[in-house]
Amino acid sequence: MNDAVSIAAAVRAGKVSAAEVTKAALARIAARDHELNCFTAVTTETALADAAQIDQEVAQGNNPGLLAGVPFAVKNLFDIAGLTTLAGAKINAKNPPATQDATAVTKLKQAGAVLVGALNMDEYAYGFVTENFHYGATRNPHDLRRVAGGSSGGSAAAVAAGLVPLTLGSDTNGSIRVPAALCGVFGFKPTYGRLSRAGVALFSSSFDHIGHFARSVQDIATVFDVLQGEDDRDPICTKRPLQSCLPQLNKDISDIRIAIADDYFIKGAEAEALAAVQKVADALNVTEYVTLPEAHRARAAAFIITASEGANLHLDKLRLRPHDFDPATRDRFLAGALIPSSWYLQAQRFRRWYRDRIREVFQNVDVILAPTTPISAPLIGQKTMMLDGEEILIRPHLGLFTQPLSFIGLPVLSVPIQSLNGLPLGVQLIAAPHNEALILRVASVVEDKVMKISHPKVCSEDFSP
Amino acid sequence: MESQSLNVGEYVDRMALLLDLQITDEYRDGVVANFEKIKAIAHLVNSFPLPEDIEIAPVFEP
Repeated sequence: MNDAVSIAAAVRAGKVSAAEVTKAALARIAARDHELNCFTAVTTETALADAAQIDQEVAQGNNPGLLAGVPFAVKNLFDIAGLTTLAGAKINAKNPPATQDATAVTKLKQAGAVLVGALNMDEYAYGFVTENFHYGATRNPHDLRRVAGGSSGGSAAAVAAGLVPLTLGSDTNGSIRVPAALCGVFGFKPTYGRLSRAGVALFSSSFDHIGHFARSVQDIATVFDVLQGEDDRDPICTKRPLQSCLPQLNKDISDIRIAIADDYFIKGAEAEALAAVQKVADALNVTEYVTLPEAHRARAAAFIITASEGANLHLDKLRLRPHDFDPATRDRFLAGALIPSSWYLQAQRFRRWYRDRIREVFQNVDVILAPTTPISAPLIGQKTMMLDGEEILIRPHLGLFTQPLSFIGLPVLSVPIQSLNGLPLGVQLIAAPHNEALILRVASVVEDKVMKISHPKVCSEDFSP
Repeated sequence: MESQSLNVGEYVDRMALLLDLQITDEYRDGVVANFEKIKAIAHLVNSFPLPEDIEIAPVFEP
């Protein structure tokens, strides 16, 4: 059993108990997490109690759900009843525990999944590396000397390492896709507003999405279908009808127009990142190119809006407890707090203009391919990288190719590709808003045709008890 | 704000006063460096000629 769907099928069929699966996951976490540092809390007692409940349902002949007995964990900015929501920050450590689960956690539990803990991240989700100043760096399971990416680094590394088959994360400017690429797992950021953010600590309200990590397209589609639905607790959650993706996964894709993003998306990437895109394009027989105009300016506008909204959310804490922030986060937030409103509003106006231009692009193409990151995982502590002969900072530039896409809320899946140097890389499959099903259909073909990612040798390849 | 002569250090000090933010000597340089970066990035957006009828959306929908 190496994915969530196969675990759930085995639990529902009574071939294995949810308790056995949960205990196995807890044992893997106990054995491995001290070197990976994915988890900030492990919810052993409630996990075992929830698993026992699932087993009771099976024994009574009831269907415990699509994700019966599947262990999962969430980035520590999702509320978990009884646990303090950290959002990666020391300042939050003494806050009272959450009184109810985030909507996404509730939905997964209702589908039979078993929550086993909370996962490490960059402070307030402001970063691409998960080198958390307070809670330590999460290490990349493929090479423990390297970063897992961020800000959902714990979420990506836990799946890559085989600790759990399924995790939740959040993505403001690439915080699901970047760590998914660097750790070699699937990371899905659906359309802005498609999934409820109720009970999730925000970073930048007009950019924040939630999404998930898994090892197969079928798992990604299953979880997406489970998480959809309007939510009165989240004012930006869409009231559009549900779009069930799972039944569409094996549909023929010959009617889907696919192209490679050129210009901005092929400059500033290492050769291996472009080779990963080409590998996917070859598998799909894609020869067309498409330009997303002004992507560099979109990234700049995204930077301004993020800095301004993020700082505004934390203004009181910046006034009262500046010394309790990670110094790097504090300095960025303080600078963001000083942005004039005219700059912020111009960035928002540009956002509207850019959205209209990208809508035009999607009149001629359905799915666009682009690298997820410009490089594979850098070393922990590494500050700079060489791109196009220029030495640039790593932390902001890992989001080079993700930021212009979340800027207008496009749905994107990062698919894992094995690079020549042995480290994973990601390729983004991008679609127009609310076209998640198209992405997942294409991803299903990529999964079948393109060389699969090798799981880290030091970690578990499957989730069998 | 786009003036070449803007003194970012002075701007940071005055705006911090207005917003009641205590920016101590310990991290003032870091804040100034970050705002210098923001200023350069903002120039990229602010210098782009947008049609006058482009408004921000009160509720953003992709």
